[in-house]
Amino acid sequence: MTMIKTENICKNYFMGNNELKVLKNVSFEIKQKEFVSIVGPSGSGKSTLMNIIGCLDIPSSGKYYLDGIDVSQMGASEQADIRNKKIGFVFQSFNLLPKLTALENVMLPLIYRRVSEKEQIERARMALERVGLDDRRLHRPNELSGGQQQRVAIARAIAGNPPIILADEPTGNLDSKSGIEIMEILNELNSKGTTLIMITHDDKIAHESNRMVTIKDGIIGEGASA
Amino acid sequence: MKINIKQTFKMAMSSIFSNKTRSFLTMLGVIIGVSAVIILVSIGQGTTKSVTDSIEGMGSNLLTVNIKGRGADTSLDIEDVASFEEFIGVGKVSGSSSLNGDIKSGNSTLEGISVTGASEDYLSILNYEMTEGRFVSDTDVDGRQKVAVIGSEIRSELFGSASAVGQTIKINGQTFTIIGSLVEKGSSMMGSSDEIVIIPLTSAQRLSGDTSIKTIYVQAESKDTVDVAKAYMENYLLREFKDEDAYSVFDQSEVLDTVGDVTGMLTAMLGGIAGISLLVGGIGIMNIMLVSVTERTREIGIRKAIGAKYTDILIQFIIESIVLSGMGGIIGVALGIGGSFAIGKLAGIETVVSSGIVILSTMFALAVGVIFGIYPANKAAKLNTIDALRYE
Repeated sequence: MTMIKTENICKNYFMGNNELKVLKNVSFEIKQKEFVSIVGPSGSGKSTLMNIIGCLDIPSSGKYYLDGIDVSQMGASEQADIRNKKIGFVFQSFNLLPKLTALENVMLPLIYRRVSEKEQIERARMALERVGLDDRRLHRPNELSGGQQQRVAIARAIAGNPPIILADEPTGNLDSKSGIEIMEILNELNSKGTTLIMITHDDKIAHESNRMVTIKDGIIGEGASA
Repeated sequence: MKINIKQTFKMAMSSIFSNKTRSFLTMLGVIIGVSAVIILVSIGQGTTKSVTDSIEGMGSNLLTVNIKGRGADTSLDIEDVASFEEFIGVGKVSGSSSLNGDIKSGNSTLEGISVTGASEDYLSILNYEMTEGRFVSDTDVDGRQKVAVIGSEIRSELFGSASAVGQTIKINGQTFTIIGSLVEKGSSMMGSSDEIVIIPLTSAQRLSGDTSIKTIYVQAESKDTVDVAKAYMENYLLREFKDEDAYSVFDQSEVLDTVGDVTGMLTAMLGGIAGISLLVGGIGIMNIMLVSVTERTREIGIRKAIGAKYTDILIQFIIESIVLSGMGGIIGVALGIGGSFAIGKLAGIETVVSSGIVILSTMFALAVGVIFGIYPANKAAKLNTIDALRYE
């Protein structure tokens, strides 16, 4: 079953009178339960592609189907809904809210899904348990190590049970030992059925994926699969 | 589905308490504004009340006739005054004449005391009450009796707490027997009402050697007949003197209205000035909220990335500013009420804290929170998610 399908996606920016073509006719598919890594040098259009896949941005032209839904020209509010229900984000810099506890951070997507507070707490604790941090739930991010913070971020990403996890350089800010831990968790989530899309420029990590998509100058090319 | 207001509220509280000093300083504008509104309006309303009370203390439905002219052509005598009672709408009438006299009793002398000649109805027209004895009667007036009724202040100065009835005093050398004393009335706009000696009108005329009556107190039958009574009297006086400037008829309700207008305007002005400070407080809130939006750009980006919509962020920030202004409002109300009582006690002026102004100023504070919260909240909610996520 296809989870993500793009058809001739283009993204253009205008810098004064110059039109900057960042993505050029990008077409690819990602199947359910796949683990795909997207690699490419900086300036290749990688971030733009990720923003579009993550429903943070819309393409200038072309079609993008996510879980069968056409999301290519959605408004901001509908996009927010899609992000909330379909996608779990894991960022390079964790992006936890520093004033909230680990538990409150993990509860956030559930707050915006308007589930009851009781259910928010239940599901957030379950998610924290899956990354092995339920005992640290009342700690704030600055009381946790980098690896632990990224685990909290993963818990936040999976708290709402999204079908897709979109990870942007998830190990980029971590030492190699924590990086391996994080990859283990992500691999495990993927093996249990979550589609995993990872943007990275670490070849070693990219090779853990089922498939590598390379991007250069806004053009997609399939790389060797691992 | 509904936004969980309770949770949003908790979120606002924790964000406010995470920066206590700043939040307090922000609230201070509203605190000062609300308490200033309450205190100033309370003082204004207190002043209105005490002025109104003192006017009403002079007697209800009171009309005062003042004769300004001199000589026989422009004066009224006792018979003329008595004829006032026949006018439609008029209830009670008492002519009065006053002179300054030196009061002597035993070894003590009081100089320059206002001695008023009056008739029986004077007591009820001017809202006096007796502590002891009786008031001057019509028989006393007819017989030019040398009797006197004394005000509470004269009594306490001359006799202390002892009974004054039956004692004698000398007014400008003439001996008068005290037949009663009056209940304390407090000072009115016309000066002290308690430092007064009242004797029969005829006795006063003899004492001063002047039979013309310059002041007539008239009590209308009711509030509704004040205007009729006034018209009849003016008509009579014009016929009598053929000169509108020779007399004046003074209607108490007019004075009450005028005073009410003036003090009402004063109160509104004080409240308005204080209201401006509340507005300034609102600008303070907006300022801090704008700073807060900038500081929390990344937070907003993260929240939006994981599914917060425009309305979620908008409501989060508006509630934050409402909580700020609302807490400021509550503290301001407490300070305002406390301050009003303290000022009333310390400065010895009357202050009236009405629930209306408390509710009004609280609502105004909340409205300030909403109005000045909308712009920053809208700015936050409209932030571009991608840019906000990247913000350092």
